[in-house]
Amino acid sequence: MSTRLPTQGRLINRDRDVAFTFNGTRLTGHDGDTLASALLANGQTLMGRSFKYHRPRGVVASGSEEPNALVNLGEGDTLEPNQRATTTEIFHGLKATSQNHWPSLDYDIGAVNTLLARFLPAGFYYKMFIHPRPFWKYVYEPFIRKSAGLGKAPAAEARDPDRYEHFYAFTDVLVIGGGVAGLQAALSAAQSGAKVLLLEQTPHWGGRTPVDGGTIDGKDAETWIAETVAALDAMPNVTLRSRTVGAGVYDHGYVLGYERLTDHAPEDRGPRHRLWRIRAAQVITATGAIERPLSFAGNDIPGVMLAAAMRDYVVNYAINPGDRTVIVTNNDDAYRTAIALHEAGLKVPAILDARPNGGGALMEEAKALGLTVKTGAAIAKVKGHKAVHSVLVTQQDSDGSETTEIFCDAVAMSGGWSPVVHLWSHCGGKLTWDATQAAFRPDHDKAPTSHDGQPFVIPAGSADGEMNLSAILQNAAKAGQTAATRTGADKSSDAAPTAEAPDEAPLAPVWMMPANAPLKLRAKAWLDYQNDVKVSDVQLAAQEGFESVEHTKRYTTLGMATDQGKLSNINGLATLANALGEDIPQVGTTTFRPPYTPISMGAIAGEARGDIFQPIRKTPMHDWHDANGAHWEPVGHWRRPYAFPRKGESVKDAVNREVLATRNSLGLLDASTLGKIIVKGPDAGRFLDMLYTNMMSTLKPGNCRYGLMCTENGFLADDGVVARIDEDTFLCHTTTGGADRIHAHMEEWLQTEWWDWKVWTVNATEQFAQVAVVGPNARNLLEKLGGMDVSKDALGFMEWKDGDLAGVPARVYRISFSGELSYEIAVPANLGRAFWDKLLEAGKEWDITPYGTEALHIMRAEKGFIMIGDETDGTVIPQDLGLDWAISKKKDDYIGKRAQARSHMTDPDRWKLVGLETLDGSVLKDGAYAIAGGTNANGQTNTEGRVTSTYYSPTLQKGIAMGLVLNGPDRMGEVITFTDGGDDTKTARIVSPVFYDPDGEKQNV
Amino acid sequence: MLLLTCPYCGVDAEETELHAGGEAHLKRFGPGASDEDFTAYLFHRENPKGVHFERWRHANGCGKWFHAARCTNTLEVFGTYKAQTTEPPKDLLDTIRAKRPGFRWRDLA
Ligand SMILES: [Zn+2]
Repeated sequence: MSTRLPTQGRLINRDRDVAFTFNGTRLTGHDGDTLASALLANGQTLMGRSFKYHRPRGVVASGSEEPNALVNLGEGDTLEPNQRATTTEIFHGLKATSQNHWPSLDYDIGAVNTLLARFLPAGFYYKMFIHPRPFWKYVYEPFIRKSAGLGKAPAAEARDPDRYEHFYAFTDVLVIGGGVAGLQAALSAAQSGAKVLLLEQTPHWGGRTPVDGGTIDGKDAETWIAETVAALDAMPNVTLRSRTVGAGVYDHGYVLGYERLTDHAPEDRGPRHRLWRIRAAQVITATGAIERPLSFAGNDIPGVMLAAAMRDYVVNYAINPGDRTVIVTNNDDAYRTAIALHEAGLKVPAILDARPNGGGALMEEAKALGLTVKTGAAIAKVKGHKAVHSVLVTQQDSDGSETTEIFCDAVAMSGGWSPVVHLWSHCGGKLTWDATQAAFRPDHDKAPTSHDGQPFVIPAGSADGEMNLSAILQNAAKAGQTAATRTGADKSSDAAPTAEAPDEAPLAPVWMMPANAPLKLRAKAWLDYQNDVKVSDVQLAAQEGFESVEHTKRYTTLGMATDQGKLSNINGLATLANALGEDIPQVGTTTFRPPYTPISMGAIAGEARGDIFQPIRKTPMHDWHDANGAHWEPVGHWRRPYAFPRKGESVKDAVNREVLATRNSLGLLDASTLGKIIVKGPDAGRFLDMLYTNMMSTLKPGNCRYGLMCTENGFLADDGVVARIDEDTFLCHTTTGGADRIHAHMEEWLQTEWWDWKVWTVNATEQFAQVAVVGPNARNLLEKLGGMDVSKDALGFMEWKDGDLAGVPARVYRISFSGELSYEIAVPANLGRAFWDKLLEAGKEWDITPYGTEALHIMRAEKGFIMIGDETDGTVIPQDLGLDWAISKKKDDYIGKRAQARSHMTDPDRWKLVGLETLDGSVLKDGAYAIAGGTNANGQTNTEGRVTSTYYSPTLQKGIAMGLVLNGPDRMGEVITFTDGGDDTKTARIVSPVFYDPDGEKQNV
Repeated sequence: MLLLTCPYCGVDAEETELHAGGEAHLKRFGPGASDEDFTAYLFHRENPKGVHFERWRHANGCGKWFHAARCTNTLEVFGTYKAQTTEPPKDLLDTIRAKRPGFRWRDLA
């Protein structure tokens, strides 16, 4: 059992206790502890259960690469799953719970899966869940859903109470990683005169060098680090940020940083996380290296740890990981752990070195301390379940059948080190295989390139494959100087400091321990701890023909967990390569994708949430609507009143009341959201002739014309009324949602195709408030307001006029989208509300009724007018809608004309617009399909049409609909059958789409 | 996230300021064109791993369309130029030829 050592612990403050809970139990740690170290100090080596087999798991690493020790942090609104205990700094009141078990961490029913391991091999999901198909809905899907994911998702009603923000930064040189290499690279770059930003993911500078030892410039590493940080801090051209991970490197020097400001101190004010959006001319990746596990049976039992991680816990947090620790290694570095344990007064019964001849200076140092070293040795198996009981020792070059047992309660393993090449690789940096270190390292000849075609990422230190302290500092100094020079800095930097650290003997690659382990050992040797992928799974995948590493990854789920395979990657590749009989570099790596470690959704969203998720556009009358009970509907970025229900009135009743009031007397619509684009210039008419399907150049000033716009594909894109203002000027109305899109469409054609045409466009939508005054009393109202002649003779249907109404400058269009006598009146936006109020006041005697978008829709449907987005969906051409009258036959060309001549567009079997009337007067379902006889080749019911608009008409007191039907216009009076949800059907008669006032007598008075 | 220099306003614009517009220098085919020509104009596009000519709009900026010559593989930008042309400027082509001898794009070489 792990405990706290009486002395040591360079990162903890023993004078300050911190109380926290784990699975409801109150525990105490020290200021400076991570959750992992505090749990270990309390003897809690069991921290979670694995994903597939629910095996008991303890912490295996000490940093962000940790695969096992994931916890739920917080509760209620602050609950966050899958937080790594190794990177969580403890604070007073922290609440953590372990994951993936039921009913408790200690007794987990799901652990029965481990007994079924033989039946849950690689690709289990693919093999198991294919047949029979009907099992999908009730058996397979619930099972997969229940098993998916590790942590607990926050409740649906939970709302994150914290604040997040984005931060933009620009720098010459960005250094990612604040270990000794990052510090030296930053110092050299800054001395050269470059502007430098240095990010470190942990709260501490110097990386693991203070734990590993060595001297720099004759000082101990810790002193050199403190002095260097102080020197950097004092330089005006340097910015330092700890607790900030360099998450991703993207095109042209764009880098995302993720700063955790108050995770360790939730009482502090200010944002919790900050997303840094950095643009750097040069990026130095000083991201260090990650130790690899060794693949032996039982390498996942709690108490088995990476050797360097164990050293971190001893030196940084004064943790006694176990009273007797066996070391197993294929390299020299693990001897440092043996020495650190020995110096802490802990027993190391044996150091098992897989190399036949053992190591170098560090091995001699360990031997001199009296430690036992067995060379050519291996672990055949770790015995134990929730804790280590003993190890069975064998020869590496064997099948593990002959063993001797060593009793111990902890195992420290080291399979060598892999440079962290993730950030180098994100934007295209290539790797080269270093056979000496058995690791991929950056290929300097194939660096990521920027806008100028020149490299913009430089790896430094152990991230570049350097493992010796002196070489690391030399390499980093050069990286810093090179980066600065590339940005144009012209000063020279100081020489790299000299460092002293023991020389290390080369490692021996060990991908399976022992080398000839039989299946029963390989099936207990874990590669990917989090996703429970074993050596035997990867070998099986290879046997089954998965030769590509990318396929094997997906088939076995190797490296697909939240740790993205930081520990498992190389061991998995090597296992696959061996199984395929190929070399590791031939097999290659999977793709490294950002982010390097998970970042919060809150940080990605930043300030864009709640009311400021996106701006809401408001018309000048918005506040009136709001104060008068508007039931809002989002339309594009606008909010429009759907209806104005009165107290005690349902929305549906309000809509019907608004329709009838308008048809019978007087209605008022805020139409300000309609797009208004001014098109001006000597070639404006010629341009609009290309843009619209009908002829606009022949329109006379003072007149209006309804027009259709198509894409070059021929499909109907927008419609609206065009008014010719003068010889050179047109005003084009667009749909509410279409203004920006159509304006961009105009600009695109003007700028990129007809750039020699003299045309200027302006989107003037928000310059005007527009009100539709609709109904038999519309003219009476305007005449009462006074100021201009709006009689039939002075202002005929489809004409417009400028003038004054009640003292407000107004442009009055005599157009109608309802079939009633109707005027649309545009006034300057700043006078919109005043004008609206005057209309309401003067209209009282006719019971003036403001109406919303639903009444608008019903009235247009009663008249058979199409609506973009209802009758159109990107596959409909004007000819489908019976709008041939609005397509000019005289024009040689317009956008979409050639496309409308393609064979599929002229197919007589295209579905065409008709009206639909149910036989029982009820309302058809929106989108319902008309059923034709028989089935198609896929066994699906044949269809012959669909409903595009459907409403209850209060005017006609029955359901009315429009739809696209096969040969519809030729089938008037025929009754067809529509789906009505489930197995129900409804019959409807094909009729004309114009249900109300077919002769247009009402609007033309 | 790409950085492209807008040739109108001179701003080094980040991709979030820009709207991508696909392949540059398409020749429009309208009524009277053969099915082959029209289909090629509407649907057939280059997809090179290497030098490419693209249309971009400085949408959240000056609003102007421009062209960019860029390597889709290395992300090198050879240059940007105004959209009011049917072919890349000669000096830009010379620059690209010097950097990428033997490159081909549509009928350009
Ligand atoms: Zn611009």
